[in-house]
Amino acid sequence: MTFKIFTLLLQAAVSTIGISLVSIAIGFVIAILLSAANLSGKAIYSAPARVFVSFFRGVPLLVQLLLIYTLLPAIGLNVPSIVAAIVGLSLCTAAYQAENLRGGFASVPKGLIEAAEVTGLSPRQTFFRIRVPIALRLTLPALVNEAIMILKSSSLVSVVGIIELTKMAQDLASSTYLPIPIFLSAGLIYLVICSVIALIGRYAERRLARTSI
Amino acid sequence: MTLSAITIQNLVKRFGNATVLQDINLEIPQGKVSCLIGPSGSGKSTLLRCLAFLEESTSGMITINGEALGFFETPSGKRERLPPGQIRAVRAQTGMVFQQFNLWPHMTALGNVSEALKIVRKMPKADADEKAMAQLRKVGLENRAGHYPSQLSGGQQQRVAIARALALEPKIMLFDEATSALDPELTGEVLKVMRDLADEGMTMVVVTHEIGFAATVANQISFLDHGRLLFSGPPAEVFAKPRHPRLDQFLDTYLDRGASMLA
Ligand SMILES: Nc1ncnc2c1ncn2[C@@H]1O[C@H](COP(=O)(O)OP(=O)(O)OP(=O)(O)O)[C@@H](O)[C@H]1O
Ligand SMILES: [Mg+2]
Repeated sequence: MTFKIFTLLLQAAVSTIGISLVSIAIGFVIAILLSAANLSGKAIYSAPARVFVSFFRGVPLLVQLLLIYTLLPAIGLNVPSIVAAIVGLSLCTAAYQAENLRGGFASVPKGLIEAAEVTGLSPRQTFFRIRVPIALRLTLPALVNEAIMILKSSSLVSVVGIIELTKMAQDLASSTYLPIPIFLSAGLIYLVICSVIALIGRYAERRLARTSI
Repeated sequence: MTLSAITIQNLVKRFGNATVLQDINLEIPQGKVSCLIGPSGSGKSTLLRCLAFLEESTSGMITINGEALGFFETPSGKRERLPPGQIRAVRAQTGMVFQQFNLWPHMTALGNVSEALKIVRKMPKADADEKAMAQLRKVGLENRAGHYPSQLSGGQQQRVAIARALALEPKIMLFDEATSALDPELTGEVLKVMRDLADEGMTMVVVTHEIGFAATVANQISFLDHGRLLFSGPPAEVFAKPRHPRLDQFLDTYLDRGASMLA
């Protein structure tokens, strides 16, 4: 295997990382909004949020990606495949992150919310200043896990025409007839990225330990 | 005549079918310490939480410094909810201290005390910090400002919680068993802060099992039993013998909390 091939794999890995990070970030914002809808106690917000979560957790990511890829042009939205890929991954991880956060929000002691209420914080201020930071600390390990899952699932976005790490490895393997070293290298690159995410997660957990409940 | 800081009229609170407060009538005087005592489950916390509007009463009226809390009665006698802005304004007159401290774990002592100043009162950070620092100094914790709750003892946490409430300059402080979650050797530092506050003329409503504190600091003692206010009066009167039989029974179980001095 030549240096050239390895460079191509690394370049594809950059796409994998980029698509995954952007999707995780967008998914996180959506997950927070879903949590707010759930905690609002109003059915007009919480019911759609629940349907959203059930749908995106219940349908395989591959099917979601194919649906989005075919659905968007059908309703007249001609988006580049990178957008379709990110939308698909974001919505999927949003559902999982919301589900993880739900447990965290449920574990925030009621007294801390009441303390916010008696000091005059509005429900919205309480949500962003008290509930989210506490729930986030409680669910950090699950969120790191989810980030790793998304990074690995991002190999599926090749179905909408994105050349990320897995797809690049497949293409190179068939053109060079060196499948074993190429797939080994690809696997190793995934392993390194995931390990780095896990390390960062563990560092953050340790840093935040004394500020958690 | 002393002015009333809080007037409670015909207050009833039900949880489902259970009536937890039955027709409570009480005047809490301004600038005085009013202690609520009574057996476990008698409704002390519920009454205090109604005063903080953490619980909404089922019927009856609460007036704080002359302003209705939460509900008002129309001339026809119907009870209606006040608009949110008005409820907030009346609630802002009270500060509350909980048994479990309830400090926010992700903020330092200073962060806890300055939070509402910054977020609710919209004070610039520097001013809020300065004011929060002054409150921490008052409870003897200025050198713990940068500590997180997890790095503070229970007594220190409760003093931070008191500073957090005081920073908002309430006219009335509500305490729900502020020392019950503390190791015995730590109750003293919290009770001292409460005594100092009483000496400054703060109106205080204190739910407590510290009979010694109630007997020595309170101007008014109210005894709750099964959701009813059995009697209320100055400690000298309430604790004078012969006592109400329910109070005698109750005090017997609290000899170790300072009730022995009344025996
Ligand atoms: N949210 C609630 N739902 C149903 N019942 C409740 C609720 N809160 C309190 N109660 C009931 O109301 C009664 C009075 O409770 P409360 O906590 O006011 O008593 P307390 O006098 O403060 O007791 P303690 O000394 O143990 O703190 C109890 O029987 C309790 O079970
Ligand atoms: Mg209680």
